[in-house]
Amino acid sequence: MDPRVNAMRLETVGLTKRFGDFVALDQVSITVQPGTVHALLGENGAGKSTLVKCLSGYHSADGGSMILDQREQVLASPTDARRLSIGMVYQHFTVVPGMTVAENLLLATGDITSIVRWSKVRAELTEFMASTPFQLDLDARPADLSAGQKQKLEILKQMRLRPRLLILDEPTSVLTPQEADEVLGALRQRAHAGECSIILITHKFREVMAYADEVSVLRRGRHIASASVAVVTQPMLAQQMVGESETAALPIARGVTSATTPRLAITDLHAQGDRGTPALQGLTLEVCAGEIVGVAGVSGNGQRELMQALTGQRRVLAGRIEVSGAPFSASREENRRLGVRSLPEEPLLNACVPDMTVAENLSLRTFDQAPSSQRGWLRAGAVRALAGDAIAAFGIRTRGPEEAIRQLSGGNIQRVVLARELSGTAQLLLVSNPTFGLDFSATRDIHRRLLEARNGGCAVLLISEDLDELMLLADRIAVISAGRIVLDCPAAQADRQALGAAMGGSTPEPQPAPARPGVTGCADNEALA
Amino acid sequence: MSPRTLAAIEAAALPILAVAAALLAFGLFAAWGGYPPLEVWRLLFVGAFGDAFSWQNSLQRAAPLMLTALCVAIPAQAGLMVIGGEGALVVGALATAAMPYLLAVPAGIAGTGLLLVAAILGGAAFGALIGAMRQWRGVNETISGLLLAYLVINLFKHVVEGPMRDPASLNKPSTRPLEESLLIGTLPGMDVHWGLVWGVIACAAASLWLLLTTHGFATRVVGGNPRAAGLVGLPAHRLVITACALGGAAAGLAGGFEVAAVHTAANASVISGLGYAGILVSFVARHQPLAIIPVAIVLGGFGAAGSLLQRRLGMPDASVQVLLGFAFVLILAAEVGRGRLRWPGSRSRSAA
Repeated sequence: MDPRVNAMRLETVGLTKRFGDFVALDQVSITVQPGTVHALLGENGAGKSTLVKCLSGYHSADGGSMILDQREQVLASPTDARRLSIGMVYQHFTVVPGMTVAENLLLATGDITSIVRWSKVRAELTEFMASTPFQLDLDARPADLSAGQKQKLEILKQMRLRPRLLILDEPTSVLTPQEADEVLGALRQRAHAGECSIILITHKFREVMAYADEVSVLRRGRHIASASVAVVTQPMLAQQMVGESETAALPIARGVTSATTPRLAITDLHAQGDRGTPALQGLTLEVCAGEIVGVAGVSGNGQRELMQALTGQRRVLAGRIEVSGAPFSASREENRRLGVRSLPEEPLLNACVPDMTVAENLSLRTFDQAPSSQRGWLRAGAVRALAGDAIAAFGIRTRGPEEAIRQLSGGNIQRVVLARELSGTAQLLLVSNPTFGLDFSATRDIHRRLLEARNGGCAVLLISEDLDELMLLADRIAVISAGRIVLDCPAAQADRQALGAAMGGSTPEPQPAPARPGVTGCADNEALA
Repeated sequence: MSPRTLAAIEAAALPILAVAAALLAFGLFAAWGGYPPLEVWRLLFVGAFGDAFSWQNSLQRAAPLMLTALCVAIPAQAGLMVIGGEGALVVGALATAAMPYLLAVPAGIAGTGLLLVAAILGGAAFGALIGAMRQWRGVNETISGLLLAYLVINLFKHVVEGPMRDPASLNKPSTRPLEESLLIGTLPGMDVHWGLVWGVIACAAASLWLLLTTHGFATRVVGGNPRAAGLVGLPAHRLVITACALGGAAAGLAGGFEVAAVHTAANASVISGLGYAGILVSFVARHQPLAIIPVAIVLGGFGAAGSLLQRRLGMPDASVQVLLGFAFVLILAAEVGRGRLRWPGSRSRSAA
């Protein structure tokens, strides 16, 4: 008996897609063997999304063909893809927030009777769930679910349709490493059992190496290479992705700094979340000049509120924030005098004015100072000139300083914010998920800038949900859970398991270098590179 | 063409298309009522801009619209949708009429100036209240502005019909008429009062402030993205409340002119919907103060043409309100099309 009875074989031959005169996909030919996990790697704009949108019927290809199980098929709409049992899980959640898990799952099947017999439906769903690796409470609402659980719900919605090919677009971008491992492990098992073939879009090499069977690399719309994961190495893949011989090591050396002067001191900070629930509950943390302190944690444990409290976007209920020994309330004058700069997550949403131009956005820190203004009047020429310098210095790809910033790609928006926030002398840099959703070269660029700032004596608070990023960059790692720091240790001694356990909320084991509130580990950092 | 030029063309094209579509719809509406649409369209333009007389009539109507439109446009630049301009206008009118009751107003231009300053301060206080409630207590400014407008309109009626009523005003309760020397006259050689000049000055000044000063820029940053403004430490509360106060001041000044240049006293005629008409003007002008000037003249002109439609075709005087209503719905609909106009040869933005 062939175990791979349900899984689909997919082959694209010379698939081409144009948008106007821009070629998004250029003669791409890849083959997904039945019952395998096939990873698609590529930078932003490499054509991964366009490819899977062609495969799921959202775009119709301009050239080439798709062969599903030896038969050429034309997908004119998502309905066609569904008819052929191709399922797609998107990067962003598509669950209905006000509906329970059971209702969401029922909705996904598409054929709902006028009167729903819930007892029968629930029995079916319970049985279905038992047949999958994921278990969710049928009565839970998305608001009660963690990001990982929501992603499982998205996958369950697709599994319910018994897809023969399942496409996942960056399914782990909002998950903890543990959740990612669990989800990807379960999916791989199903693929290997022959139930479906899987196409996995990701930015993370670790996931490719650990969970994919084969990997294809795209660059600028072209298919660069396909290979079995068994024979590739991370540096090889990275090189194929960016077309340069860069690897995932530190972009520049970690210089020796003497991290002994506390720059940022947060003591017993309390703040509320958006819905009035306590989000920060007695958070205490210290960051010294010349060090990067990484804050790790599962999304939704107070990271966003901490960043907002530090940048004046959220009211502080109790506790103290001090910068260089002076009380800090994030006013413009304090930001300027104390050299406090920030890179919040989702820069377009949190750090830019989308309808303003690149030049105007670059001037948000300095528009009220000479030379950008004089006696309260803006000097457009000076603003444009400064913007031109920043665009050149940070390699921002734009049609000019007068282009609206919302027209730029994510990596270039982040570069605009970097250019603005790192201009002048930053003494304290508050950073949150700086590389979320960015491609490899943009990520490297940003890591390099952060290290440069640190080496130059700047204190960097780096809040990130990407543990790899923290392990790579940070001098110390603090774990946030339920609005408090529950673990604080030098990065060199940080152990993935212990960090994961602390992130998950379990009581941490006594650490070799414990850090009690107020006695954080400011010490001389050794040169590691 | 640069992206900026394209955006500018689109910004101008959408409101023009919306007003054109409103004219079309109004023609159909007239035809449905049995009036010849071509003649209706012709009379609309003749009545608005056909001769010197209709021009003056149009400009007369445009003057207060410029000021009340600013009451929407300036807070909109700070990110607030304030539609209580009618309230600010009424407060301004009441403040103007009340001054002679409260103190001995000097005769002549100094006295007139004093009256208008009172109107400006009254309107500004009204606007600032809306802004302050929104910033400090989270009260939705659109709702509170509208409700506060009702509140002050009723307060106005109470004061005009009660404590400040001129016993000589029999049929139409009014305050005591202002002294002759305090009244504002017309522009030389025209039948249009000085409010037009001040409306133009106010729009131009607001435009300069928004586009060329650091304070105006900071206001637009707060309006464009309050989070980004917080990140760079801009004092959002102060900027927003200031913007609301400036908008209220403009509408208050309009109320001052209504009393000192048009009605000579505060009475129910002041409450004629100028504040609400300003909302439409500001939306068509996309909240750009400089664009308010021509838009107010065009829409004021359509309003002026109403009486011609009545005289020539026997259409109800208020039928131009239907035209303005169409224009408002269509301008809101046109906002949806923003950023989606396609130009021949322009590249699609949906590249992956």
